[in-house]
Amino acid sequence: MTAETFPQRAHRSLRDSQLRRNLAKATSTIRTKTAKVSAELPDWEALRDAGQAIKRETLAELDRHLVALEESVTRAGGVVHWAADAAEARRIIVGLAKAHGAEQVIKIKSMTTDEVELNPALEAAGIRPFETDLADMIVQMAHEKPSHLLVPAIHKNRSEIGALFRDQMDRPDLSDQPGDLTRAARAYLRDKFIETPVAISGANFAVAETGSVVVVESEGNGRMCLTLPKVLISIMGIEKVLPEWEHLEVFLQLLPRASTGERMNPYTSIWTGTQAGERRAGDGPGEFHLVLLDNGRSKILADEAARATLHCIRCSRCLNVCPVYQRAGGHAYDSMYQGPIGAILTPQLKGLDAAGSLPFASSLCGACQEVCPVRIPIPDILVHLRGRVVREGHAGLGEGLAMKAAGTLFDHPALMALALSMGRAAQAPLARDGRIERLPPPLDGWSLGRDFPALPKESFRAWWKRRKASR
Amino acid sequence: MSDREAVLAAVRAALGAAPAPSPAQSAYRRKGEMDAAAAQARFLERLADYDVHVEVLDDVQAIAPTVARRMAERETVTLAIPADLPRAWIPENARVLADDALPYPALDTRPSVLTGCALAIAETGTVVLDAGAAQGRRALTLLPDHHLCVVFARQVVETVPEALQNLKAAVDAGRPLTFFSGPSATADIEFDRVVGVHGPRALDILLVRD
Repeated sequence: MTAETFPQRAHRSLRDSQLRRNLAKATSTIRTKTAKVSAELPDWEALRDAGQAIKRETLAELDRHLVALEESVTRAGGVVHWAADAAEARRIIVGLAKAHGAEQVIKIKSMTTDEVELNPALEAAGIRPFETDLADMIVQMAHEKPSHLLVPAIHKNRSEIGALFRDQMDRPDLSDQPGDLTRAARAYLRDKFIETPVAISGANFAVAETGSVVVVESEGNGRMCLTLPKVLISIMGIEKVLPEWEHLEVFLQLLPRASTGERMNPYTSIWTGTQAGERRAGDGPGEFHLVLLDNGRSKILADEAARATLHCIRCSRCLNVCPVYQRAGGHAYDSMYQGPIGAILTPQLKGLDAAGSLPFASSLCGACQEVCPVRIPIPDILVHLRGRVVREGHAGLGEGLAMKAAGTLFDHPALMALALSMGRAAQAPLARDGRIERLPPPLDGWSLGRDFPALPKESFRAWWKRRKASR
Repeated sequence: MSDREAVLAAVRAALGAAPAPSPAQSAYRRKGEMDAAAAQARFLERLADYDVHVEVLDDVQAIAPTVARRMAERETVTLAIPADLPRAWIPENARVLADDALPYPALDTRPSVLTGCALAIAETGTVVLDAGAAQGRRALTLLPDHHLCVVFARQVVETVPEALQNLKAAVDAGRPLTFFSGPSATADIEFDRVVGVHGPRALDILLVRD
């Protein structure tokens, strides 16, 4: 376990009333919109089935589809790179940027570049990365971390952002109005889009059949980065490949409706290789690099009970319905992947030692699975990972000991009665308002993620006996 | 071992010898059910939900005067066009900027741009460019602040799957696709929606019932 666990971080964010207001507004607005536009399609459930089936079939033959993607991208003029881990991905991308003599690069929102910690590596090489998505730019300028997959700066209010822009853009005239701040971002980035020769992006999908790569977005910064610079470097997790062009027709319906609650996101760009040779500049990059990243994904693939984690299309719908996320906020997950999907993905990518408290950051209510556009059984995977955390000894002994002790007690009614009466006597210093927040060691591992109801004065069994006797 | 071999070996080891699942039958709609008139009506209905200016025209002759009027309303004087735009669409008095690999600053912000499209999707209010006739290169429809896009009624398909099926040939030819559904937008600051970020801040759809 790291020095800080989910409950410790969550305790901090629970005290931030601005954060809770922003989260409540954002999540309830998106929930309403996603519910409306997904219910609007008569075949929404069939689309979810298809999305799940395509992901399952793709993963089952992932090696074949990756090789096919490599061939098709290469045929279209692109260069494919393979990165087994984050260090290799950084080495490839920094190396390419350096080879082009880039002093700065423009970036499109990409959680994968956050995952491999690309920006610090670029900076260390003397290359300044400019995030161009408005929220990512805010988070970058403030030297903070994203707090929501889709709206990463949801923890900041307009006056904080106004102050940040006035300072960093040298624009003392700016107001705090979102419209003014957005216009300021447009003016600030315009020249960078036009003049910067190297762009870095993520990818929502890549089609093995055609070699096409897909980026969906709202602001147009993606179109700028994908269209104007001479060199484009895109990085994607190996699970993002789709075997056939036809599969896009499913995901381009599922993603916007589940994500922002739009029938279609404002902009989608699909490009195939380079636009070099006789084609004109300004229709796409003359040089295109695609980096295929493993970084722990093949390990997730090997764990069959958790494999469906790799179905995720990063829509963030599970965050918006999660009662834990809505209150604890994104920073409590200490990851670029937050909420329910973060609670299963982050510990598998970072390791159960580093992020073993996350699978416990859930009440297992199942709201996430209910809305997931590709039907990831998040609660099942949470329970599976909790089991691994305990069995593999990442959690201290508390949970395992508590469960063993409970097993013995439930098997032996006399022991149970004895334990309960002892508990009633011993709980006085621990119970507050009918609850116990922390059990004494070694049982504290179990109470880390949950409160324990204080034992009532009289047990049900005692009451039942007394009731019978008094008849 | 190269990273390529390492990744592929790890994936193969993870999958083991288990047989691939047989492909599931898809039950979602791959074709729409509306007639042309209903699809057009749906397209207009969807556009009304976006911050798009819509003009419905009875014939091709109406394009040029409509473009002239919209430019006057938007107070633009220069009209950027792809080199292969039909002459009949261009207003007589417009100052025309034909895009022949123009440097980006020449396209930046000031002019209006007039193009056709590959097709439009009724169900989502989306227009798609595929670098085909009368569409120009991607930079042309990205840098100017005002995009006027001509959509012929016969180009409207009902569903997303039909659109992607029709676009396959362009993709096989290596052409890039751009889908747009309304002008650019963001909700990144306190989840307040602001229209017009980096792409054209004003989008006009000229639907020609021809």
